[in-house]
Amino acid sequence: MNTAPKLDRNAHTVRLSGEWTLAALVRVPRMRAELLVAGDAENWDLSAVTRLDSAVAVLLWRVWRGRFPAGLEISSALRATLERVAELSAGEGRAAARDGWSPGSLVAAPARRLGAFVLGVLKNGFGLVELLGRLVLALGFLCRHPKSVPWKEFSANIYKSGVEALPVSALVGFLIGVTISYLSALQLKAYGADLFIVNILGIGVVRELGPVLVAVLVAGRSGSAMTAQIGVMRVTEEIDALATMGVSNTLRVVLPKVAALVLVMPLLVVWSSASALLGGALAAWWQLDFSLLYFFAALPDAVPVANLWIGIGKGAVFGGLISLLACHFGLHVRPNTESLSRRTTASVVTAITLVIIADAIFAVFTRNVGIPF
Amino acid sequence: MSESPFDMSASISIPVIELCGVWSQYRDVVIHKNLDFRVDAGAVVALVGGSGSGKTTLLREILGLLKPTRGSVRLFGHDLFTPDALLQRDMRRRLGMLFQQGALFSALSVYDNIAFPLRELRFLDEDWIHELVRLKLDVVELTLAHARLMPAELSGGMIKRVALARALALEPELLLLDEPTAGLDPARSQSFVRLIRHLQQTLNLTVVLVTHDMDTIYGLDCEVALLAEQRILTRGNLDAVRAFPHPATRQFFNIPESLRSGG
Repeated sequence: MNTAPKLDRNAHTVRLSGEWTLAALVRVPRMRAELLVAGDAENWDLSAVTRLDSAVAVLLWRVWRGRFPAGLEISSALRATLERVAELSAGEGRAAARDGWSPGSLVAAPARRLGAFVLGVLKNGFGLVELLGRLVLALGFLCRHPKSVPWKEFSANIYKSGVEALPVSALVGFLIGVTISYLSALQLKAYGADLFIVNILGIGVVRELGPVLVAVLVAGRSGSAMTAQIGVMRVTEEIDALATMGVSNTLRVVLPKVAALVLVMPLLVVWSSASALLGGALAAWWQLDFSLLYFFAALPDAVPVANLWIGIGKGAVFGGLISLLACHFGLHVRPNTESLSRRTTASVVTAITLVIIADAIFAVFTRNVGIPF
Repeated sequence: MSESPFDMSASISIPVIELCGVWSQYRDVVIHKNLDFRVDAGAVVALVGGSGSGKTTLLREILGLLKPTRGSVRLFGHDLFTPDALLQRDMRRRLGMLFQQGALFSALSVYDNIAFPLRELRFLDEDWIHELVRLKLDVVELTLAHARLMPAELSGGMIKRVALARALALEPELLLLDEPTAGLDPARSQSFVRLIRHLQQTLNLTVVLVTHDMDTIYGLDCEVALLAEQRILTRGNLDAVRAFPHPATRQFFNIPESLRSGG
C-alpha cells in the first residue's frame, strides 16, 4: 500500500490521492510545486486522499484562491478540515496582522532611537537615585533595629565577591606590574633614570591602576553575577515571595551586596596593588639589577601615603557604584531570557564606563594631593 | 523494510511507543527495573504513580531527553537513539510535548513561539506560516489578538493553551503531556481536558500523559498504567487499576484499609 502523496492530472480534473500531510510534503517538495501549477483546474477529486492536515488544507485554500472549486469530490471529514480553514481566512483581513512601514520612518527612526536612548538614561538615573534613597532608608531602619542586620548575607557576599576574587586579582595585578615595570625599565635605562622606576610604578599602581584594574575585574565578576542573580530571582518571583514574607528586598538583597562590595573593594585594591608592586619589583630586579630590599625601602619616600588613601577611597566608591548598578539593573529585569542577558550586559558595561568617569573626576579633585615635589 | 520514518504502511501494526527491558539508574538509585511499556496508535494512556515512582523519568526517556542505562526505546518502530541525526529529527517532528510549565520561549511572542517549529522546517513561506499559526490559535480557542503577547503576560491557562498550540504545530501523531491540568482551576482544567479530548478524537492522536488528577483521567477516558516497584505494575481502565490488590494502588488512590478488606 503506497500512501505517498500523488497528483494525477488530465484536461479538466486534478486527482489527489494518498497521505497529504505537512510531513509528507516536506519529504516530497515537488508536490507543492505541482499543486501550485494545477491551481487553475475546475474539477478536483480528493476522494482518494487518506489524510489531509491543516497545513496542506491552508495550501489548497491558497491554491484555490480562497474559494471552493466548481467541482469538488471529497469526503465529509476532509471537507470539514477545509471549511475550518475557509471560515478562518474569511473572518479577518490580511493587512491587520503585520506592522505597517510608513515612509516617514526613514527620518523618524534615528530621532526616535536617540529619544529612547536619552529617556532610557534618564530612567536609569532616576532608578539609581531611588535605589540609593531606599538604601539610606534601610540603613536608618537598621540603626533603630540593629537586630535585623543581615549579617549572614553580608558575610556570604564578602566571601563571594572578596575572598573568591583573591587569586585572580593577585594574578592580574602581578602580571600588570611585571609588564609596566619591564616596559618602563627599557625606557628609563636609556636616560640613566633607573631610580625613577620606583616612582612610576608606585604612584601609577597605588593611585590609578590598582583601583581601576580591580574595578574592571569586580564589575565583570561580581557585578554580572549580582545582576543575573537578582534578575533570576525576579523571573522566578522570589523577590515577590520575599516581599510577601515581610522581608524588604532592599534590606536583605541589595544592602548586603552593596555593603560587602564597599568594604571588600578597598581591600582588594590593596591586595592587588601589593601584588602588582611585587611583580614590578621582580621585573626591576631582573632588568635593572635593583635589589628587592632597595625597591621597597625607596617606596615610602617615592610615594606619599596620601596616594594609598586615594586608592583605597576610590576602591570604596567604585565598589559602591558597581554594586548599586548591578542591583538596579537586576531589579529591572523583565521576566524573559532576552531581558536578562541585555540587563546583565548593560550592568557590566555601564559599571565600567561610570568607574572610568568617576576616576577622571577623582583625578581632577585630587590633582594637588599626594604628588611629591 | 525501509527505515524511513514516513513509512505509513507499517505504522498500523507497529506500536507508537515500545520500551523493552528498560533499566534506569540515577547513581545508586534504580528507578526502573526491566520495564516494558507499549502504546499502540490511537491509544490514550495515563501514567500514574506516587511521587518518585519514575513517571517523569519515563516520559523523558520516551522524549529521548534521557537515555536509559539498559534496554531499548523505540518510537514509530525506530530506535530512538539511532546515530542517524536526520532520522532522529524526523522522529521528533512526529511527536509534540506539552511541558508542565509550558516551556514557552520567553524571549519570543506567542506568535513566534507557535511559528518556531514551523519555521524550523525551512519549507513554509511566511504567509503559509501565518495562516497555520492562526489555525493553531483557533484550535486552542485563542485569537490573533493574543499573538503579540509575551509569555510573561499570559495567565497559567493561556500558557498551557499556547504550549499546546506549539506542540500541535507540526501535526504530530504522538502527543506527550506532563501534568496537563496542574495549576489550572477546576473549570479551566475541565475545559482544557475537553479540548485535548476533542483534538485527540479529531486528529486521531496517540496521547501519553503523566497526571495526578482523577478528573483528567475520567475526562480523557484513559487507559491507566500504574508505575510502582520500578515497573508498570498494572494497566487497564481506571476501575480495574483501582481494584488491583497492592499497597501501591491503595496508597495512590487513597483507599482506606477498612474499605479494601470489607470489599
